Amino acid sequence: MLPFPIPLVILSDYLAQADALALECRALLDGLDPATRLDVAKGQLNALKDERLAALQGALRALPPEDRRTAGGAFNTLKTSIQEALESFGARQAAASGTTAFDGTMPARQSWRGSLHPVTLVIDEICEIFRELGFTIALGPEAETEWYNFGALNFPPDHPAMELHDTLYLGDDTLLRTHTSPVQVRTLQRFAPPVRVLAPGQVYRRDFFDATHAPAFMQLEGLAVDEDISFVDLKATLAEFARRFYGSSRRVRFGPSYFPFVEPGAQMDVEVDLGDGKGLRWVEILGCGMVHPNVIEAAGLDSEKYTGWAFGMGPARIAMSRYGVNDIRILYDSDVRFLEQFAR
Amino acid sequence: MIVSHEWLKQFVPHTHTAQEIGEALSRHCVTLDNIETLGAHLSSFVVAQVVEAGRHPNSDHLWVTKVDDGSGTLLDVVCGAPNVVAGNKYPFARTGTVMPGGLKIEKRKIRGETSNGMLCSARELGLGEEHNGILTLETDVPPGTPILEVMPVADARLDLDVLPNRPDLLSHVGIAREISALTNTPLRPVPADLQGAPVSADAQCGATMVQGTHASVTLADTHSCPRYVAVIIKGVQVGPSPEWLQKRLEGIGARSISNVVDATNYVLHGLGQPVHAFDLAKLSSSAIVVRPTREGERIVTLDGTDRPLPAGTTCICDGASPVALAGIMGGLHSEVTADTTDILLEVAVFDTRFVRRVRKAVGLNTDASYRYERGIDAGNTADVARMAASLITQVAGGVVVEMLDVGAAPAARPPVMLRPARLARLLGVAIPVSEIVRRLESLGCTVLPEGEALAVQAPTWRHDLLLEVDLIEEVARLVGFDALPDELRPFRPGSAPDHPLHLASRRVRDALVGMGLAETRPMPFTATGGDDTPRVRNPLAEDEPFLRASVLDTLARRAEYNLSHMQGNLRLFEIGNVFTPRAGRLPREEVRVGALVMGARRPPHFTEPAPSAFDVWDAKELAERIVTAAFPGRSAQLVGASSPTVWTIKVPDVGVVGHVEAVALDKPVWASDAWGVEVILGEISSQDVAAPRAHAHAPADRESGATRAVRFVPLPTTPAAEFDLALLVPDHTAAATVEAALRTAGGELLERVQLFDEFRGAGVPEGVRSLAWRLTWRHPERTLRDKEIEGRRSRLLEILDKELGIRPRAS
Repeated sequence: MLPFPIPLVILSDYLAQADALALECRALLDGLDPATRLDVAKGQLNALKDERLAALQGALRALPPEDRRTAGGAFNTLKTSIQEALESFGARQAAASGTTAFDGTMPARQSWRGSLHPVTLVIDEICEIFRELGFTIALGPEAETEWYNFGALNFPPDHPAMELHDTLYLGDDTLLRTHTSPVQVRTLQRFAPPVRVLAPGQVYRRDFFDATHAPAFMQLEGLAVDEDISFVDLKATLAEFARRFYGSSRRVRFGPSYFPFVEPGAQMDVEVDLGDGKGLRWVEILGCGMVHPNVIEAAGLDSEKYTGWAFGMGPARIAMSRYGVNDIRILYDSDVRFLEQFAR
Repeated sequence: MIVSHEWLKQFVPHTHTAQEIGEALSRHCVTLDNIETLGAHLSSFVVAQVVEAGRHPNSDHLWVTKVDDGSGTLLDVVCGAPNVVAGNKYPFARTGTVMPGGLKIEKRKIRGETSNGMLCSARELGLGEEHNGILTLETDVPPGTPILEVMPVADARLDLDVLPNRPDLLSHVGIAREISALTNTPLRPVPADLQGAPVSADAQCGATMVQGTHASVTLADTHSCPRYVAVIIKGVQVGPSPEWLQKRLEGIGARSISNVVDATNYVLHGLGQPVHAFDLAKLSSSAIVVRPTREGERIVTLDGTDRPLPAGTTCICDGASPVALAGIMGGLHSEVTADTTDILLEVAVFDTRFVRRVRKAVGLNTDASYRYERGIDAGNTADVARMAASLITQVAGGVVVEMLDVGAAPAARPPVMLRPARLARLLGVAIPVSEIVRRLESLGCTVLPEGEALAVQAPTWRHDLLLEVDLIEEVARLVGFDALPDELRPFRPGSAPDHPLHLASRRVRDALVGMGLAETRPMPFTATGGDDTPRVRNPLAEDEPFLRASVLDTLARRAEYNLSHMQGNLRLFEIGNVFTPRAGRLPREEVRVGALVMGARRPPHFTEPAPSAFDVWDAKELAERIVTAAFPGRSAQLVGASSPTVWTIKVPDVGVVGHVEAVALDKPVWASDAWGVEVILGEISSQDVAAPRAHAHAPADRESGATRAVRFVPLPTTPAAEFDLALLVPDHTAAATVEAALRTAGGELLERVQLFDEFRGAGVPEGVRSLAWRLTWRHPERTLRDKEIEGRRSRLLEILDKELGIRPRAS
């Protein structure tokens, strides 16, 4: 340490002393290990500066009056620079220790996450797979005529087959469609073959709203009509769908069934694990078949020239087994605590 | 349809298990819903031999026996039966066995003697009423053998889901025919149970009126009743059925009533032909007339209900009054009872639609009506009548004295032509003609080659084989759908583009999910409606018979549901159809989106513990975003309206598409305000596309990306200059008016106008607010000078003052 000359009566000396002390303080603090505790660092700093700072303050009065303003400015600058050096040390210390100033484990700021309905998620996935297989989306009205809903679909009038569909009627020959199959006829009337469409939509049945039934629910229809479309195409496309939807190792089988608008009529079962602890079992996934020639003719097409296949499935049932929902009403209650579980 | 596995064997003597049969039927014919194993409750009982039997020391009616149950140790068993004999074998319940009544057999002392199990009577095993002693088993099997192996009580009930196209499967013989075809086992033509003495009686056919010695039958309505066979049997003795008949009915879960009634039920379930027995003595005359009903006629049916006969239908009369609801149920008055000695057996064919109409009119569904409605085998009515009569005389005695047969069997349908080439084209794989013929013949079809095709005559019980494609299905299902190949083959892509409303719905829904809303799918019915709301004619729930006219209304009810579950932070949306009445058959149908928000605008965070609630400006944003998504390239114009509708939403070239509203809810005090938006995405046409059997093919445009393309604006190369204007705007002057004036006056160099502050209070007079805009200026080619900017500010203020009387707020 330099000997301290007293008294300081020359301005240039005063300024030099002030600058020197500022530099020494900065050097001291910059040279310290950032792990040094703050009180230890302050102790060393005080030992260096306290006496000299007091002397400089006292010397102000000893200066000639005309120099006091300049010297006072320099003294203040000195104090500021010491303070800055101390803050800079503090910053180095904080950066080195890392955790005390910033707690990165605090939760992120959130915005509300939107969600699609589980039935929509299932429909979307099915539609995406059939898109891969060349299908586009068709829509039709939910309020229909008896002809589109039954007559054109080869339902014999006044036949027990009608009892498979408990119908909600709007008028004498108007009703709420009981299936998406009317879209088959509308599409075949509107677009020339080849036709490959998928028709998701709401359908209605005269059912009580209970744990396993809803009076309105989603159905998904598929239709492929062209020259020389065969049952092999039906099997291949639907089995391919099942493998893409459930996994390529799933077994698929086709058994007989009856829907007036297809012949042969079939159902497709897939061996699936419903997650209820009972393991793999055969579950009916969809009804299908070759479009009945009477349906092709109803749409104004030549059934000798055109053949086709169709299927229909219930995405709500699939959503229930996929997401483990055991009461169908939960799907429709719109409880946000349910819906938000499907947030993306 | 419930069938008994043991009963089926009467018709087709196969050797397969019930599971195998059920599986084969499921794969090729009819879905098996369930198999119920009968006799399973006896699985733990064994055959045991009594080795010693001696008197109980403390009882005069009990025995103490030593029993060999095959375990190697002789057991002490106390028995109360008078017929216990050393050396005989009996059913034995070991300790731990649970009896059919639920009692568990345990080791216990009976009057001081230990008993380790129980020797059982028939009644104790649930095998009948016999309880005079334990059941002696005539068998050579060693002790310890399960009794199910020595007693024929085991059976399986197959529950089959027979669909309306296959009424021929609604009987044991019908299912047996399929099993015969599938297993290649020949059918027994007449089951052993029905082989009785041949019926010698007069039978006439073809006429509509037959007068016999004991009765007459007149057919006054051959459309509703094309065939009526009456068999007169005299001297029957009504009583319990023999055990084999009881067992048959038990096998399908039916109750045994009496020998005569059980015999008719046997024919119904065994052969599929409904048969009714009248007590001949109770008919007012033995003249049976099948005729149209008359005004005001009534009948008390077997179930004890007094029913009016539907007008314009047909009834079975005894000359005076109706005695049966044709094809549905007999009358109570002529019911066969214990005193009956002479019966008139009705074996008839009724028209399917006729029975369906009457059944619906009277609301009475029976086993008979179920079969008549779907169509019975009308080809062998007389044979079935003979079998039924034979069965009755076999189980109830009596003599068949007369058989009257009126009407006729239906004329044979012309054969159906089946082209093997068409079959190959439809199935996608050729099947050899020989196999096609074999498969069809296995079902009872007659097949004759006719040129390239096959002429196929379907059997009388198959009403569903009318077209070539029906025969193709038969061949395909018998071969097995699973046996057909499933390789993906080339296809042509379809001509129909995506429906534009599907695309719009997807864009809107993705936008709303992105904004944090949750999609809902509520039931689309409402409780309230008026004359102008489409109403369901036959709703099940009387509280919700109307189709909705608003999606937002549905969402409001769902919001209330959530509020009742203490959920107040709601962001719901739905895309669904609504219905509005219009001239024409069907209501106008629109696809609409509704969105409802209420509660916190963001989840709480430690930086913002109490986020503000959704307000009208959030609703306005929702409306704008929905419109942008639904109508690409267009933006919403929101036009002010009065409460609760805040704005109506207009889209250029489209018109008014919806509105924004403050949603009125039945809500608790803690809940915040709800805001809603409803927008019409478009109409779903419900017009007929074309007339029946016609089409209206035309190419369709896919909604093109070109229509929603936004033109690129070149990026600026010069710096912008900006300043703020704080203006005192009277409440009656809209901010949009001021903004429009700013843009007009600002000219081309004014790049952006942004409102960033609203202030009322100190320094701002009453009825006036201070609105502050930030104006951004840019010259496309050079830097704007300070003087130019200053000049524009002065000019803007001058114009605002002159045109709108608006002055700047003093700083």
